[in-house]
Formats: sequence, structure tokens, C-alpha cells
Amino acid sequence: MIVTTPRDWAKVLANLESVDARRVFLVGCGECATTAHTGGEPELARAAETLAAEGYQVTGSTVTEITCHAAGAKLDMRKHVDEIAAADAVLVFSCGAGVQAVADVVAKPVFPALESAFLGTIVRNGVFEERCQMCGECVLDQTAGICPVTTCPKGLLNGPCGGMWNGMCEVLPDRECAHVRIRRRLAEQGRAATAAIKPRDFSHSLKPGAVDTRNRGGRQ
Amino acid sequence: MSRFRDLLESGEFVVTGEVAPPRGADLAPMHAAVDHLAPYCHALNVTDNQGATFRLSSLAASRAILERGLEPIFQQTCRDRNRLALQSDLLAAWSLGLENVLVVTGDDPRSGDHPDAKAVFDLDSTQLAAVVQGMNEGHDMIGRALPGGMNFYLGAAMFPEAEPWDAQLARVEQKVTAGVRFFQTQAVFDMDKLERAVAALRPLGVKVIAGVLVLKSPRVIDFVNAKLAGLEVPEAVADRIRSAPDPTAEAIKLATEQVRDIREIADGVHIMPLGLDAAVGHILGGESARLR
Repeated sequence: MIVTTPRDWAKVLANLESVDARRVFLVGCGECATTAHTGGEPELARAAETLAAEGYQVTGSTVTEITCHAAGAKLDMRKHVDEIAAADAVLVFSCGAGVQAVADVVAKPVFPALESAFLGTIVRNGVFEERCQMCGECVLDQTAGICPVTTCPKGLLNGPCGGMWNGMCEVLPDRECAHVRIRRRLAEQGRAATAAIKPRDFSHSLKPGAVDTRNRGGRQ
Repeated sequence: MSRFRDLLESGEFVVTGEVAPPRGADLAPMHAAVDHLAPYCHALNVTDNQGATFRLSSLAASRAILERGLEPIFQQTCRDRNRLALQSDLLAAWSLGLENVLVVTGDDPRSGDHPDAKAVFDLDSTQLAAVVQGMNEGHDMIGRALPGGMNFYLGAAMFPEAEPWDAQLARVEQKVTAGVRFFQTQAVFDMDKLERAVAALRPLGVKVIAGVLVLKSPRVIDFVNAKLAGLEVPEAVADRIRSAPDPTAEAIKLATEQVRDIREIADGVHIMPLGLDAAVGHILGGESARLR
């Protein structure tokens, strides 16, 4: 899932002020932002209260089923066309993909109410960790299912670096070094790990990413 | 020709020192440090934005030291440059007469003076070592022929006291495979662990230059423990300096003992004076240690 965090509220208010908005429509996301407890029904209700307390009028709100689904977002905005028409601006409580899906179908200024943080593993309810950064060139086959690109703060394919101390990470001293974990798990599985991994091919992660399965007859 | 290489490979015990390029364009303070170290050192490491703090480039400072008559060891970290810039700077180094290169990962920017900087780490130090080796073999990273006949003497860092040791050793073996010929170590306090490291590395046909850090004051000990990655001053050593009537004199005495021990164990010593440049001659053995 995409983990989001609340955006600095002063920035949100400054955004609204920049277009002299007094009436606001709120959009949440029923998928990731609901799971992240940043853009579901309870968070939108709280934001509406906060905005009202600060003198804004909330014209309405919706938690779109999957906000980053362009067609779905379009459909949902159409259902709320009057409330949006009554608003000066729209605040979207989702990842950046959701914000853009809404901005594409609403003729009003659309602002992000969250920061998109990372692709997260749900460790338990409300606890998320980044373990994959979608680099497009998976090395988990060589690293015992532990991603060094993501879980090593320096993203080193070969490690540990010189900062490792008693098996712990230099940058995040309360965490075990990813490369120490990788070596241990490989050893536990009787797998050798002596060959250095070659440099990454960053052409696999050029922005913006795009996949069109239709034009490939459904094949990747 | 790298005289440092010739000496080390011929089995002579070498002494290397370390200087930090200045923050600013005035080279005078660096040259003052160089002049203290010059009589006693075969070569000087020139750090590359060490501790992720902004300095004059190692490239320019290395060249300046070469012009002053000392042999530099040009340090290159993976933190600040991508593979284009790293290769380009290696060509620059060779064209400027810099033959010794030490490749290291580099500290994370969050520990330095520009914590908001983007860390590059396009390559890691093992991969960068392979790039240097490739240049020595006459090609760039994509295998294209590279004229110029480069022949860098390639070094890397290693950590004799690192635990788990098997992870450290595997890493060193990777670096040797990548082409590394000599290792300079993090400061060593436990000579048994240095012996362990040298015993493991000698069969690989590489040289080990052991690090000595001059802990001139309790404040420096605190700095090392807080700021230097991969290093912690053992409690007994810290107590010895802290409780001494004259901590600086005690630090010099300790470093002198360490150098004496290292002469019996390793292929060389790397002295990091942390500002106590004027004491380096004494630490290395006084007048008899004078090379020039």
C-alpha cells in the first residue's frame, strides 16, 4: 500500500489562502489512506471540524473507493458535482496519484492534504515500514528476500558499509544492518553470498513509469 | 610512478597520514598540516567531504599536495557523485598525476553539515573499486576502450574490530576480487583483532595499513563516539585518557604504543592526528622515524 502522512497543516491553510478559498470540498481514499488512518471517514470528519473551527465552510466530502482509479474518481466527483461547484477549492486526502486523478476531473483548485511517504508493508494496524521502493530491477533473489536498496539507508547493494557497529546500522542505530541480516539469512539457508552484486541499471526506473497491457495483447 | 606502491609491495613498512582539505579556498592551513606530516609519511590520504561535511574537493587538494612534494592518496566516496562523475574524476585524477586511490562508501549526509542533501550512492565502494580496476585494464564501465594507460594503485577501507566478523571478512574478500590491492583500516584499539584481520588478509595477497587515531582530549573521544561511524573508543582507553593529568600527553603516549605494536603486526600504519599534527613525528618514533 501507499503510506501517507498528514501534510503540515500550515501549508494546507496557506494553499487555501493562496486562492482565497473559504468554501472547501474534501476527498478521501477508501484504499490506502483509509488503511494509513490519514484519509478515511474519521480523518475527513476531523478535518471538517478543524476547518469549520477556523472559519471555513465545508461544502461536502466523499471517500472515493480508490482515488487513484481515474475513472472511479471521475464517477465519484460527478456524484458530488453540486458540492464541488459550491466550493472554492478541493482538499484531497490521498497519495499524490489520487490528488492528480481528482485534479484531472475537477475544474477547481485541488490541493494535497497528505504527503505521500512510501510503498509500505503493514507490520500491524497503524504500523508501516518501507521494504520496497519499486526500483524495477529486483535483487531479492540474491539477498534472501531482504531488499538492500530500500532497507539499507544508503541503498548499497553490497555491504555492510564502514558505519556498521556490532551488527547495527550507522544511520539508524536502533536497527540491525540490512547486510548483516541478508548474510545471516543466506547462511541459514545454506546459500553462499560471496559474489558482489553489479551496479544497478537505473534505466529500469526512469520516470514516469508507464505500463500498457492493452497494447501488448495483455502480455507484459 | 607511485613510490608508495613500490614501497608497500616490496614489503617495507609504510606510514600514511591524513589531511582534510579546507572549507574555503585558502590552502595555507592544509599545507601547515602537510608540512608537519611530510617528514614522517610516505603518503597522505586526502579526504573527500569527510563526515559528509563540505570541503574543497579531494581532487584539487590531492594535486596541491603532490605539487608540494608529497604523494597523495586520493579518496573517493560514493556519496556525492554518480557513475559519470566518479569516472570523470578518476580520469581527472590520473591526468593530474594522482596514482593512489582509496575508494570508500562515504558517511550518510544526515550525519554531516548538509543533512538535507541528496545522497547519491549510485555505486557502492566494491562496485567503484571494480570501476577503477576496469580503468586499469583499459576500459570504462560500459566496456568502451579508455586510452591513457591508467594504472591506479587501488585501496579500500576495512574494519578489523567490526562484528560480526564474517560479514566484514566477506566484504573484504569482495573488494579484493574487485581489484583492491591495499586496505587502510579504521582506528584499531584491540591488537588481537588487528592480528585476526592481518592473518585473514595476507593470504589474499593484499596489504594492511592499520589506523591510529590520536585521542588528544576527552572532547575528541566524545566526538569520535558520537560522530565517527563504525567506531567506538573502548571504555578502558577512554578512561585512560580522561583520568590522565595531561590527557594530550597520555594520548600521544597511547598512540606511540599503538604504532609500536602495529609495526610488529601490519604492513603499515595510518595516522589520523585529528589536529595534533605537530606530535606525529614523536608518535612515529621521533627523529629515527624521519624519512626526509
